[in-house]
Amino acid sequence: MEDVLVIGGGNAALCAAITAARAGARVLILECAPKDFRGGNSRHTRNIRCMHATPADVLTDTYPEDEYFEDLMRVTGGETNERLARLTIRASADVRTWMTSQGARFQPALSGTLQLSRTNAFFLGGGKALVNAYYRAAEKLGVRVVYDADVRKLEMQDGRFVAASYVQSGATHRIEARVLVAAAGGFESNLRWLREAWGPSADNFIVRGTPYNMGWVLRELIEGGARMIGDPTQCHAVAIDARSPKFDGGIVTRLDSVTLGIVVNKHGQRFYDEGEDLWPKRYAIWGRLVAQQPDQIAFSIIDAKAQGRFMPSVFPPIAADSIGELAIKLELDPNVVLRTVDEYNAAVRPGTFDHKQLDDCTTSGLQPPKSHWARMIDTPPFWGYPLRPGITFTYLGVKVNEHAQVLMQDGTPSPNVFAAGEIMAGNILGKGYLGGIGMTIGTTFGRIAGEGAARYVMA
Amino acid sequence: MSWLDPALGAEGARIMTICNACRYCEGYCAVFPAMEKRMEFGPSDLGYLANLCHNCGACLPACQYAPPHEFGVNVPQTLTKIRLQTYQLPATRSTALAIVALVVMFFSIVLVTVSPGVVFARHDGGKFFDVFPHNVMVLTFLAVAAYAFMRLWISLSRYRREMQDPPLTYKSVQRALRDAFSLVNLGGGGEGCIDENERPSQVRRIYHHFAFYGFLSCFAATVVAAFYDNALGRHAPYSIFSVPVVLGTLGGISLLIGSTGLLMLSRKRDAALTDPRQGPMDVVFIVMLLLTASTGLLLLVFRGTAAMGTLLALHLAIVFGLIFSMPFGKFVHGFYRLAALIRFATEEGD
Repeated sequence: MEDVLVIGGGNAALCAAITAARAGARVLILECAPKDFRGGNSRHTRNIRCMHATPADVLTDTYPEDEYFEDLMRVTGGETNERLARLTIRASADVRTWMTSQGARFQPALSGTLQLSRTNAFFLGGGKALVNAYYRAAEKLGVRVVYDADVRKLEMQDGRFVAASYVQSGATHRIEARVLVAAAGGFESNLRWLREAWGPSADNFIVRGTPYNMGWVLRELIEGGARMIGDPTQCHAVAIDARSPKFDGGIVTRLDSVTLGIVVNKHGQRFYDEGEDLWPKRYAIWGRLVAQQPDQIAFSIIDAKAQGRFMPSVFPPIAADSIGELAIKLELDPNVVLRTVDEYNAAVRPGTFDHKQLDDCTTSGLQPPKSHWARMIDTPPFWGYPLRPGITFTYLGVKVNEHAQVLMQDGTPSPNVFAAGEIMAGNILGKGYLGGIGMTIGTTFGRIAGEGAARYVMA
Repeated sequence: MSWLDPALGAEGARIMTICNACRYCEGYCAVFPAMEKRMEFGPSDLGYLANLCHNCGACLPACQYAPPHEFGVNVPQTLTKIRLQTYQLPATRSTALAIVALVVMFFSIVLVTVSPGVVFARHDGGKFFDVFPHNVMVLTFLAVAAYAFMRLWISLSRYRREMQDPPLTYKSVQRALRDAFSLVNLGGGGEGCIDENERPSQVRRIYHHFAFYGFLSCFAATVVAAFYDNALGRHAPYSIFSVPVVLGTLGGISLLIGSTGLLMLSRKRDAALTDPRQGPMDVVFIVMLLLTASTGLLLLVFRGTAAMGTLLALHLAIVFGLIFSMPFGKFVHGFYRLAALIRFATEEGD
């Protein structure tokens, strides 16, 4: 029998395993991915959102607790547990010290494209480098890791965890443990489950992250009596390049050209205000917007004036010397696209273009309007990028208390089941997204779960 | 025709385009900030980036797109392959053969031109010129050094032209020298190089410092001794506490430690970080340095014995071979990297 069984191999799982092992517990990690792809969605992350009262090491200016909480309230529309949220935010203040002592390294404050050095600490080399450092720290502490361990079944008795079974190279293994830390992520890689939630349109979604978040552990916990939290039909999705791989394309699949031009659907029609707000505040809604269009596809169209003004995409633009030619290359009706562009161009009012702020370049009498950065699309070469919804994560999770214990249907905490990371992030992030908060939640609750698990084992 | 193999150039551009859309590695070294200043990656960009890369390897395990991911991004290996092409050198094997031939030839000349009675005699405290006539030594070494320098100059000028490097400025050279002498870009962003088991450590950088500063110290010892001999008229042997002997001894020991360490590390290095065609070139260079240091130290220890003549011939032959091989071998990496660092400093606005 094991002391602490951690299911999952990303940031939250490792924080829990390291904390429990440091407290003296024997820890076993079951990671569903092979070693090369370990780390869940953490391997695609880049930073962690931290509050700080004064400028500190890699963070500029200040980011007080209340501002952090207000940011969270704004994106979630109030769908957050304030007690857990504030606990997480407060823990983020000195989390970098703990992370660094486990081998994590940070990048000095940078001038980066999203100007996030005030609120977010950037991992040197990104999330995979962080995860590698954590695996080294865990192995040094004697934590054992089994890769390719696909956990399909949890045995629960009256809210207590008894054993887990995993499949590895076709063989099933059963592991008993005194405590379970469930840190196995959401279900965004499970195409069948996605289809249950969204219908056939889900077939056109692209999964930006790991292909290993199948949601089996989440489903087993819920079937074992854990209380659900978060909308089971919602996911966080952004608009990404439609040519991306089905899974694991990560950061390079994003496309930042939307605010610089117009976006049309497969019928050649515009459908939303491309210049509603600054891109960092709007990129997260475009996944849903594209998902609502026929065949879940759209096209960003820009002209020469926009080229070089956005982060380069990994896929080359589809280029043409006229709008008609571009429409044909994008397999759109050239007459409709030409009319759309002409109507848009005719509605553009003169202004002073400034992409760094909400400028006065706008349209008049156009439906939907383009509120900012509206400039005529008239200078060849014209570029087009196809867009599809790219799922980042799902919101469905299990409800937890401030000790990271999973709450059962009757509201009582399970004595030996803890949850951390994406599998419980819905407690704090019920809706929307705040860059880097996933890592804050995972690190905070991973450590709390690890402490609780060790305490239970040592008692 | 470009100096760069088209398939390799296409692969380099493909990988740099992915890196440019990701940028997670920008804290590791100069390659990534330099890459971010570009949208397209032609041969002159790739050759520059390849020589800016010090092959610390930190970005490979950190890469979410590293093989077996379908994007298959391996920056250190790809840039190593491109770097090898920028050297524009004859095959490594012929370099090795040239060195061996030179060593053998020179050793024989020494043995033939001086009578065995002189070579194997016991010399009073190391009067080298009794064995090898002063003017012959000066002329031979000046000739080979001039040849090596000229070849190196031609290669470096061609490199700077191919890469379209900007003109030198005082400030950029200053910054580049600081970066080169500290090997900041071999630091993996502070944690060190990736060697065994993807664990970062500073060991490679430390050994390289031992080798590099040891080499410089030995070079300084030679220059000072030449100055003493030709300008001041103070002839060898010099006392154990004289400037040339102190510099040579410390430099020799340092070079011995550094080259031994680098040789050991190169045997253990993860194959994913290197190009197999680069390996022999590295080994030949390190072994030549190792032999230079060890024969030099042996000569110092046994300069008062009957072995002095033989050791002197051996040491001089190896140094001759080393100097001759410089423009053909791994020695050029220092100059090409310095050129890349100067360009980086210029682009950064220094």
